[in-house]
Amino acid sequence: MKSPNNRRVVITGIGIVAPGAIGVKPFWDLLVAGRTATRTISTFDPAPFRSRIAAECDFDPSAEGLTPREIRRMDRAAQFAVVAAREGIEDSGIDRETLDGSRVGVVIGSAVGCTTSLENEYAVVSDSGSRWLVDHTYGVPHLFDYFVPSSIAAEVAHDRIAAEGPVSLVSTGCTSGLDAVGRAADLIAEGAADVMVAGATEAPISPITVACFDAIKATSPDNDRPAEASRPFDRTRRGFVLGEGAAVFVLEEHDAARRRGAEVYAEISGFATRCNAFHMTGLRTDGREMAEAIRVALADARTEPSAIDYVNAHGSGTRQNDRHETAAFKRSLGEHARRTPVSSIKSMIGHSLGAVGSLEIAACALAIRHDVVPPTANLREPDPECDLDYVPLEARPWPVANVLTVGSGFGGFQSAMVLSEPDARGRSAA
Amino acid sequence: MSTDTEGLALDDTVVTGMGVVAPTGLGRDEHWTNTLRGASAIGPVTRFEAGRYPSRLAGEVPGFDPAAHLTSRLLPQTDHMTRMALVASDWALTDAEADPAQLPEYGMGVVTAVSAGGFEFGHRELQNLWGKGPEHVSAYQSFAWFYAVNTGQISIRHGLRGPGAALVTEQAGGLDALGQARRQLRRGQPMVLAGAVDGSPCPWGWAAQLSTGRMSEEPDPVRAYLPFDAEAGGYVPGEGGALFVLETEEAARARGARRRYGRMAGYAATFDPPQGSGRPANLERAARAALDDARLGPEEIDVVFADAAGTSEEDAIEAEALRGLFGPHGVPVTAPKTMTGRLSAGGSALDVATALLALREGIVPPTINVSRPRPEHTLDLVTAPRRIPLATALVLARGQGGFNSALVLTGPC
Repeated sequence: MKSPNNRRVVITGIGIVAPGAIGVKPFWDLLVAGRTATRTISTFDPAPFRSRIAAECDFDPSAEGLTPREIRRMDRAAQFAVVAAREGIEDSGIDRETLDGSRVGVVIGSAVGCTTSLENEYAVVSDSGSRWLVDHTYGVPHLFDYFVPSSIAAEVAHDRIAAEGPVSLVSTGCTSGLDAVGRAADLIAEGAADVMVAGATEAPISPITVACFDAIKATSPDNDRPAEASRPFDRTRRGFVLGEGAAVFVLEEHDAARRRGAEVYAEISGFATRCNAFHMTGLRTDGREMAEAIRVALADARTEPSAIDYVNAHGSGTRQNDRHETAAFKRSLGEHARRTPVSSIKSMIGHSLGAVGSLEIAACALAIRHDVVPPTANLREPDPECDLDYVPLEARPWPVANVLTVGSGFGGFQSAMVLSEPDARGRSAA
Repeated sequence: MSTDTEGLALDDTVVTGMGVVAPTGLGRDEHWTNTLRGASAIGPVTRFEAGRYPSRLAGEVPGFDPAAHLTSRLLPQTDHMTRMALVASDWALTDAEADPAQLPEYGMGVVTAVSAGGFEFGHRELQNLWGKGPEHVSAYQSFAWFYAVNTGQISIRHGLRGPGAALVTEQAGGLDALGQARRQLRRGQPMVLAGAVDGSPCPWGWAAQLSTGRMSEEPDPVRAYLPFDAEAGGYVPGEGGALFVLETEEAARARGARRRYGRMAGYAATFDPPQGSGRPANLERAARAALDDARLGPEEIDVVFADAAGTSEEDAIEAEALRGLFGPHGVPVTAPKTMTGRLSAGGSALDVATALLALREGIVPPTINVSRPRPEHTLDLVTAPRRIPLATALVLARGQGGFNSALVLTGPC
């Protein structure tokens, strides 16, 4: 990352809670197998809704080590974040006893925070929507923590890592997961912290979230074939499939990580975000602002487009997104857009709004480690308007040193990040 | 109005415009006049029928007519909070005489902070869903309540295509947004619109705030919110805040900007250990780090705008931090938010606006209603406007859960 101190930032630990996969290894296995985790919604009766499918996590908080008190206090999104952070910290091998807490921070991304608990509690205090003047005496004691989602970052900070440096929640819709990690990397690069626990979480599969996407027909109505419903870049795609999950990383300053002998997954070598200033939910077809974010992220990483070995697409599977994004890749990468593999893991794990950007960063870091590009599942009928190499159906063994991952979100946010194999920044593996 | 840019370095972060929408006034001048007068804006809640709740006071923005400022197309898709934020953004740009269209294509970013999003809007749609059914949920619900809404809407309104960000750190957010804006300037943006306008009072949000047990239940507006007082009994919530145009001095000079309210000289954020850990709170460390960042010593700070939580425990922590930094009675301390209540993320942004105006005018605005400050706090609490030379100010903010932020401002010349 560009910084006055030239401090470089690396990922040394990863933790995952994903649909069909709790933990890093099951997550990578699912992606490489091209398995889809989308299904009929099971947590409430979806019958009244247009889209009745989602990518759900089979998450048992108690089996994941949370205490009864933690389970009662934390929204599902906070539970995901804490469990993922614990795995990430463990995975990093960092010795928490030797850390100076004042040099440790936390950034968590989330688009809709504790929305599931807020809705559940709303139903209680309003007596199922029957009164505007809700009865506060029925509210749970920690209702405020659901009201203001910075509580999620606070939970992670107070858990294993004991952070006393900068802590925050980033909420930029569906780019939150990229922007949170980008901000955390900035904090290390500029010297405000040495270690950051950073990532994103989302648990949005609740009636109000399903209803709000129904209202604008953003989600897929392919209720009779949930496993094939998320079809990015396919001619027959009909919208995104809502998902949930979390990915949380340990980020460290490069030299310090090397000194302690940490195993480095990847360097966060470039990041940028831009607004489209166009529409809260709509996209211009030309991909202009996303292309600009990509251009700046590549410049930040001092990496030429031709050195990008893999592009992890936003690939939500809406009509407009996949066209917009394809245009953005061509605009920013030029001819190289046609030569480099591009794929969307949302075809398998759905679209977990603010969390998915971090889940995708994890997929990129693992692609670098394993030299395999995860596929775009369900892509059987290519859309003539989306004419790049989207790695249909099957994972591809492929040398991966530099990866570009992008996100696009409601509010007009367009973000791009470049991840590089340790000490291979700017040099293609090919 | 100072046009003196002497002493400013090209890479300094300067504030060249502000837009204020506050309980104390619509617009900078009304806010400042009322603040100097010590005019309380705390009164009975009018945005909903609060009679059944134990807390019934708020700092509401009086006379805000959204239709006078926003098109009929925008009204159905925006929460009250977003409407106030959009108006503040208009005023900030006008005040800075900044035309985003004159900047490079991606030259201006937006950073806002919020606490709970467009909660009144969200409450109404939850009622529609649960009371009537999914088909009654607004097509705007997917974005009108969420935490990034102000950033997105401001970007669209003014065609701002630089980096966008939205932060949530409860009441500390107003300062953290400015910290993030400065980061963007340092990464090469010429100009950023940043700050926080927050507060969306509705019964459902009220229930959430009541759950903290920290809301004041005192019915008398004069006695309801008394930070640092022997009778401190909680806070009164409010709405509003401020947005700023921040730019590098280099960019301000290049476009011939005439005004500098001041310079954002230092910023830092820390987080507290869990309660019961036996470890100290980290507000003082945030303030020290912000001073270090500004390359100023405590003796060079002329006034402190306190977080002023309004509960005896939190007030004691802040008083101890100030004593640790400045010594007993070592610096004038004020809490103009005693006139407005606590505005969620907007409160610390409004404090920055008030602090910049104080630096410009050389007057410390008062803390009102606090008649029995606790002597053990050893604070030099400013309870009547005080005219003294002011070159620097420290603004403190804390967000529930352990967030501490501190920001150092220096005056226009």
